[in-house]
Amino acid sequence: MGGTQKKKFERGSATNYITRNRARKKLQLSLPDFRRLCILKGIYPHEPKHKKKVNKGSTAPRTFYLLKDIRFLLHEPIVAKFREYKIFVRKLRKAYGKTEWSAVERLKENKPTYKLDHIIKERYPSFIDALRDIDDALCMCFLFSTFARTGKCHVQTIQLCRRLTVEWMNYVIASRSLRKVFVSIKGMYYQAEVMGQLITWLVPYQFSHDHPTDVDYRVMATFTELYTTLLGFVNFRLYHSLNLVYPPKLDIKAESELKGENEDEYAMDSESYPEKLAALSASLARVVSTAEEEDAQLDAFPTEEEDLEKVEAREKEQMQLETQKKIFEGLKFFLNREVPRESLAFVIRCFGGEVSWDRSVCIGSTYDATDETITHQIVDRPNVDKSYINRYYIQPQWVYDCVNAKVLLPVEDYFLGVTLPPHLSPFVEEKDGDYVPPEKLKIMALQRGEKPAQEQDDDDDDDDDEEEENDEDDDEEDEEQNEDDEDEAEEKNLKEMEKQKSQGKSLQVKVTPGKMKMENPVRLEQEEKAEEKRLAIMMMKKKEKYLYDKIMFGKKRKIREANKLAAKRKAFDDTEKAKKKKTKN
Amino acid sequence: MEQRSEMKKVREKTKRKTKEVEEEEQDELFDINNKATEKDEDDDDLSDSEDSQFSGLEDSGSDSEDEESDVEEKSSDDVEEADGSNDDPDKQRQQTKVKNNKNKKGATEGKQEKKGDEYEHDTSDEEDIRNTVGNIPMEWYKDFPHIGYDLDGKKIFKPIRNKDELDEFLDKMENPDYWRTVHDKQTGRDIVLSDEQVDLVNRLQRGQFGDINFNEYQPTVEFFSSDVMIHPVTNRPADKRSFIPSLIEKEKVSKLVHAIKMGWIKPRRVQDDSKERYYDLWANEDSSILAKHRMHLPAPKLRLPGHEESYNPPPEYLFTEEEKALWEQQDPEDRKLPFIPKKFSSLRQVPAYSRFIHEKFERCLDLYLCPRQRKMRVNVNPEDLIPKLPKPKDLQPFPTTQSLVYRGHSSLVRSVSVSPSGQWLASGSDDGSVRFWEVCSSRCMKIVQVGGAVKSVAWNPNPALCLLAVAVDSTVLILSPSLGDKLVISSSERLLAGSQEENPSEGPQPVVWSETEGEELKEGIHLKIQHPKAVHQVTWHAKGDYLASVMPDHSSHLQVFIHQLSRRRSQNPFRKNKGLVQCVAFHPIRPFFFVATQRYVRIYNLVKQEMAKKLQANSKWISNIAVHPGGDHVICGSYDCKLSWFDLDLSTKPYKVLRHHKKAVRSVAFHKGYPLFASASDDGTVIVCHGTVYNDLLQNPLIVPVKVLRGHVITHDLGVLDVTFHPTQPWIFSSGADATVRLFT
Repeated sequence: MGGTQKKKFERGSATNYITRNRARKKLQLSLPDFRRLCILKGIYPHEPKHKKKVNKGSTAPRTFYLLKDIRFLLHEPIVAKFREYKIFVRKLRKAYGKTEWSAVERLKENKPTYKLDHIIKERYPSFIDALRDIDDALCMCFLFSTFARTGKCHVQTIQLCRRLTVEWMNYVIASRSLRKVFVSIKGMYYQAEVMGQLITWLVPYQFSHDHPTDVDYRVMATFTELYTTLLGFVNFRLYHSLNLVYPPKLDIKAESELKGENEDEYAMDSESYPEKLAALSASLARVVSTAEEEDAQLDAFPTEEEDLEKVEAREKEQMQLETQKKIFEGLKFFLNREVPRESLAFVIRCFGGEVSWDRSVCIGSTYDATDETITHQIVDRPNVDKSYINRYYIQPQWVYDCVNAKVLLPVEDYFLGVTLPPHLSPFVEEKDGDYVPPEKLKIMALQRGEKPAQEQDDDDDDDDDEEEENDEDDDEEDEEQNEDDEDEAEEKNLKEMEKQKSQGKSLQVKVTPGKMKMENPVRLEQEEKAEEKRLAIMMMKKKEKYLYDKIMFGKKRKIREANKLAAKRKAFDDTEKAKKKKTKN
Repeated sequence: MEQRSEMKKVREKTKRKTKEVEEEEQDELFDINNKATEKDEDDDDLSDSEDSQFSGLEDSGSDSEDEESDVEEKSSDDVEEADGSNDDPDKQRQQTKVKNNKNKKGATEGKQEKKGDEYEHDTSDEEDIRNTVGNIPMEWYKDFPHIGYDLDGKKIFKPIRNKDELDEFLDKMENPDYWRTVHDKQTGRDIVLSDEQVDLVNRLQRGQFGDINFNEYQPTVEFFSSDVMIHPVTNRPADKRSFIPSLIEKEKVSKLVHAIKMGWIKPRRVQDDSKERYYDLWANEDSSILAKHRMHLPAPKLRLPGHEESYNPPPEYLFTEEEKALWEQQDPEDRKLPFIPKKFSSLRQVPAYSRFIHEKFERCLDLYLCPRQRKMRVNVNPEDLIPKLPKPKDLQPFPTTQSLVYRGHSSLVRSVSVSPSGQWLASGSDDGSVRFWEVCSSRCMKIVQVGGAVKSVAWNPNPALCLLAVAVDSTVLILSPSLGDKLVISSSERLLAGSQEENPSEGPQPVVWSETEGEELKEGIHLKIQHPKAVHQVTWHAKGDYLASVMPDHSSHLQVFIHQLSRRRSQNPFRKNKGLVQCVAFHPIRPFFFVATQRYVRIYNLVKQEMAKKLQANSKWISNIAVHPGGDHVICGSYDCKLSWFDLDLSTKPYKVLRHHKKAVRSVAFHKGYPLFASASDDGTVIVCHGTVYNDLLQNPLIVPVKVLRGHVITHDLGVLDVTFHPTQPWIFSSGADATVRLFT
């Protein structure tokens, strides 16, 4: 055997990865700087396929970065800025120590700053990439915009977050791209479809946060830094795609309308304009003032017959979407002061409704509660002092449920003091076999245009469904049991006969008319097939069997869970019925 | 004299007044307010002297502060007393001015002006002129008739004190002014205080200023103010150094200039306008950067919320008490949901979510700390995993249904065997009997009590004979059941009788052959082969002359014996103990002998007296083996639920391992004619498999399970103990722990 001996770990996957500490040393950065760089540049550890090989034989838990990624970081201009900042801090400390205040002043004026524009461009080479990744940015900005302006992070950051989120919401209103809303115990989920991308974000409820101590706000602040930059650029582009002025300006007409008397009382001059924007009640100014929206008619292309169905389905979906967009058009809402104003105003305006609130709640209200043309007043209290006949007093859930159902739901279930129907998540898409809550079935029926059936019928249907499900599960077992039963019966007969024999009694010679055994051909066939399958499963290879068992286990668990939910529901309904009966009696 | 002095004072005062007026007129800088203060003070002086004469308050010897306030207080009525009526309007004017005195400027000037006749008004060193003793305790004059001396040096006598206690009391009762009467020690007289004086006392007691008109809250007059005055505060002339350039400064400036030149100090940065901060970043998208991101794994998005996260979920999603308790017990990682579903009756009752910041932070950590790996999701249709096998229907015939049950044994049936003709069935049981059954009718033809648990029965495969070998305890019995053809019976009996002639007599043998007599012979037991240990299994060679018996034992090499029936000879083929022998079998055609120990199956060539092959069963404990009628395949059941199929031409490892059974496999069997084999297990089932062996050596055998036969009842954790095929029909017999033998056809 010739040639030099090959050394271990000098080729292959071991050379493709680098541990975190080595990466840090290579970049000559402190750990916080390295962390910040990773966050900004979107570098994350990779899990190697063969960890032991990469770890050079050791099994110690280490995080690995791709060597290419780290090399890529070497030439990052931001790194130089980090070092500059380090020097700046050192100088500043020195100046403080020497109490050279003028030097401190001068240094502070020249504090090194950096821009993240090129990083955004690099991480998201195309606009769609950026949109795809904007979920987290939105969540974070919405969270930061609710922070109190003390401690934790810079006031400018909070203000910027607020500004950007307001811009985003205004864009969603202007483009009418909101699709789904969900009121959860964590906050409000919104889903919008922007340029074909589904974007979901979560807005916390408007309460002050009790800041946990075990959270590193520096990490969050670094992310926010990146996200605000990203969101700003995305907003700019989105506004321009709709011919809107960026930074957003109110429509001239709307602005004149909004000019209230008590403007000074509400906010300072410098703040009142952003507040007006944040009120979400007025439309935005456009670059081209006569921006009549004209929906370009899609040309119908001659298609092959196979695609015809698809095309039809798509057209139908489009129609549905159009109707959903205009679901609140022509309705005039008034928000009482106890309902979440921003959320409701946002949702209602997204679907074409008009909305206003009490003048003292927020700037930007357009009409008063006394307006006779108001159709719906949204109230979240047990009773109202003064009610108008020509409007509905409904609870806020109605708005959200209507949006999710894509139709105007009957208002009766949402009146004041009425027990609300459950609020369902619009994000759940049930496949066959999954548990579907009966409320969802009702809504689906409404969507199909059916009239809500009597409740009892519904209940019965549900019961049937459940039974069927159960039947399917038990089928196999049943078969086996049946077989066993037959056998046992025969044996019993025989045993009796034998007993009689052994006792010396003469057998009762008596012919009893036999019963016809009806053979169900369908059932027989099924049984045969089931047996065949069972036998084939026995012949599976070990590996495949394992996989198969796993899949089947998952399936069975799903069914079990669905059954459990159904059973729970049934028990609940039963108790409800019993209660009703009691009250009747 | 008093009168005089008063007059004099008044005159003086008026004179001064007029003089002052003149002064005012002269000095236009003074404004009215200054006059006011000034005049006030003048009046004070005046009143002071007057007061001392009239009221004699000065004599009280109280401190000067008191005096001053008294004096001030008095001022108004003093003026009235003074006849100088020309003062009156002036005075009023002053008072009003004092009240709304807002001008600060004048104050300083007024003070300056006051300086001139400062000591004129000072009353501090003025003595009481009525009594010249001075400020001494008056007790010192207690014993004298006088209390001091007047200005002329004459004694002032004490007034005649004729007031006793009664007078005092009467005075107190009757005199309405008693409460305001004060005894003056210095003069020894009683003084009645006037209303004004009482007022003054009251005010002082309340801690107020004596003068009603005094404004406590006068605006402060700042000496140094932001306004630039025309006159300097001090008269000090400017230093010289303020006119010549500073060297130190020059040095500093030159340093700065140098630093700027060298670029050490940068000019103040221009704030970039935030309006221009954002621009169209993606104006010209180029795909060149895209190539860099081939390895990029985008972070997975957060899971979308389900119904259970709703603020008002359907009731079935809420936790019951048990679920809640379970959730609280579980570790946070094990929980299915990171929160407890809650229901709120209205939106306004929903509180803030306490873990919101935590969750966002965790998401952040995941984004930059969590190692990412591309994992291919297995998206397999489970139906595709099931192998495509020929349908059992196409592989018929095989036993499918239980058709007969042979009952009679009272304990578990360990072994069954079928006669080569297929007409008779023998079964041995733990109840100490061997039963013979007619297969077709399930009729028990004969019962032979052998006096011990029957471990194994084996029918002689020679169709010309009708013999049965039975293993009971440590003996092997050769039975002639005398069933069936008379010719066959006679021939078999002849064989047993004929072989009697040769009698081995070569020393002490481990195995003793003996013939039976009497009762046993009547029952059909012809021969007894006595072994040293308990026999577990007997099996015949295909020709029917040789018989092998197994006595499992760890420590001895005497585990297997091969008996020759015709010569009544036994031999132990092995010299060495190779492990606990479980089972043995003869090759159906060739002179091979299979011995199964716990883990291996050894194949010996009987002619060459050597081991031909050693099969590794890959199982923990072999229970039974069966040899294919062709002789090239062996199946091997084991107690760890496996059935291994060996292709002897292929390998010493199993060609296929079948894990069909849930419990230990007790017995395996091949069909003589059909391509079938079966395995019986403790789970109470017999599984019949199709096993075609091809003549073509390149084609592997086809193994398809075709039927699972159930029927035996599991008793004492034992199911089916033995299984055997019918020699000609596709039927199978199985014996079980439930004391039955069953026939499946």
